[in-house]
Amino acid sequence: MAHERQNPAFYALLAVLIFMSVGPVLLMFVNSFKLDVDIIGGTTGLIFLPTIQNYETALCDILWYELDHLEFCSLKFGGALINSLIIALISTGLTLVIGCMAAYALVRFRFFGRDTVSLTTLMVRMVPPAVLLVPVFGLWNNEFCIGKTTLVGGWIRDVFGGRGDVCLAGTHSGIIIIYVAMNLPFVIWILQSFIVQVPRSLEEAARVDGAGPFQVFFKIVLPLIQPGLAAAAIFTFRIAWNEYLLASALSDRNTKTVPILIVNNMSEFNVEWGVIMATGMLLAVPPIIFTLFASRQIITGMTAGAVKG
Amino acid sequence: MTAQTFNRMTPYLFLAPAAITMGIALLYPLGYMVYGSFRDWDPSQNISETDFVGLKNYVTLFFDPAFRESLSVTLIFAFTVVVAEMLIGVGLALLLDRNIRGISVLRTLFILPMMIAPVVVGLMWRYMYHPTVGTFNKTLKSLGFGGVDWLGQNALLSVIIADIWQWTPFILILALAALQSLPASALEAARIDGATAWQQIWHIKLPLMMPVLVVTALLRLIDAFKVLEVILVMTEGGPGLSTEIVALRISRTATEFRELGTAAAMSNYLLILLLILTLAMFAIARIQDARTARLARQVQEEG
Repeated sequence: MAHERQNPAFYALLAVLIFMSVGPVLLMFVNSFKLDVDIIGGTTGLIFLPTIQNYETALCDILWYELDHLEFCSLKFGGALINSLIIALISTGLTLVIGCMAAYALVRFRFFGRDTVSLTTLMVRMVPPAVLLVPVFGLWNNEFCIGKTTLVGGWIRDVFGGRGDVCLAGTHSGIIIIYVAMNLPFVIWILQSFIVQVPRSLEEAARVDGAGPFQVFFKIVLPLIQPGLAAAAIFTFRIAWNEYLLASALSDRNTKTVPILIVNNMSEFNVEWGVIMATGMLLAVPPIIFTLFASRQIITGMTAGAVKG
Repeated sequence: MTAQTFNRMTPYLFLAPAAITMGIALLYPLGYMVYGSFRDWDPSQNISETDFVGLKNYVTLFFDPAFRESLSVTLIFAFTVVVAEMLIGVGLALLLDRNIRGISVLRTLFILPMMIAPVVVGLMWRYMYHPTVGTFNKTLKSLGFGGVDWLGQNALLSVIIADIWQWTPFILILALAALQSLPASALEAARIDGATAWQQIWHIKLPLMMPVLVVTALLRLIDAFKVLEVILVMTEGGPGLSTEIVALRISRTATEFRELGTAAAMSNYLLILLLILTLAMFAIARIQDARTARLARQVQEEG
């Protein structure tokens, strides 16, 4: 189809919109290469000597060389980055596997309790993380524990050290399980709309050839819903990677994620803008990469999630 | 196990992992929270050692001016951002719904704000709003104006602007998708009948988009009640209580004041509010679906 000619005002509007949506991100990007003197001082802020010092300060605990400008490495960003990666990747993987199985059951089978499950899934989608804060904090710290005197608890204590009972709070698993649960309703919901489109005849043909239900699912259905899986994966990863509130309540010194680090460094009176913006940029890199390379999947996921809502 | 029972069990086997996970980490905690909201609960205590206090937490909250304040801040925030985002988003979608080159690049750039961590969004805006260092005041001053106290007396408006920046693209993209899936025949018929651009928008496009728009608005409204990190980083709820939304108040009550029972009751109030909104969404979506089906048929017959 030929592209219509538009008047200049239209293109001016487009330019303004693009500037408005990308501008703040670009600003943070530019500032992350400035020294605090330049950020605070310069009026226009376009003329400055770029430096990677802020990134060096942020990553000081995993750099292989000594930094001249830093006496003490207080920001444990490297460790937090590894925690964030472990938690986001494992919870995304688990959510996808568990979610697509559940979505398949809800679409392809008629069974007792189906409507209840379907409705519950729909309703828990609205629960905000803040509402889960209180009960999850209580449960993960006090109830979901293995006593130190029991066989398993004793073994864990021997291997990993520590004194009291072994509880979910403070572990990677504790954060992962809540992220999986939080993301499942959404993943089940959008994958349903993709599974419906898989032609039944394909599944029946495979079944006639003697494939069991699990074989049909993994060999026939899964490859066909890959676009849906990609969209679901991006959304799940995004939530797990970006989430702050529950992670801050459930993590301890060693399992802190990057968002917690950023918030902790912001609430101080004297903010080191350069370093904090470098940290923010590092946290924003994976989502920016997804946006640039998988925007089609993201839009598919957004429309599937809303139109069928 | 015979083949027969295997077949009957199959759906449950597929469903079991999801059901168990959501049971342990969502439904059980929610039940636990309802139970805890009737107790005088301190974080250092095991819940079985706490005292039952009946509806005390709920009644106290109901008459607590600070909680009422945060409830009204939440409602003002949520409804303002949704109305503003719907107006701007749908308006822009109608403008951008043309056959232009590079529309996919445009959409990519528009998604960016939603994908970035809320914590980082808060950080960017806190910097831009900064009274002396910030971009806005520096620009204002270089133009000869005085600075604005963005995160001071205008804090609520400032966090609303940040949310509009982040989430208007969501509405824009969904509205564009809805526009592009409208029946071409209806639009064609209107054009042949000589309808102006305005008439097409008012009488054909908007009515046919309505079901998607209503669902989008309600989804966005429910999400607006979940906003927390952006505001936490920008203002920490202040100054005073002026931007302390309920989600922030819950987290402060639990961690700072160490009153888990009260925080649980607060969470329940929020949950009830969201439950009503969700049920309203289902009801409205159903009514709208029926109405649009009728409208589409009418347009088809007339065309």
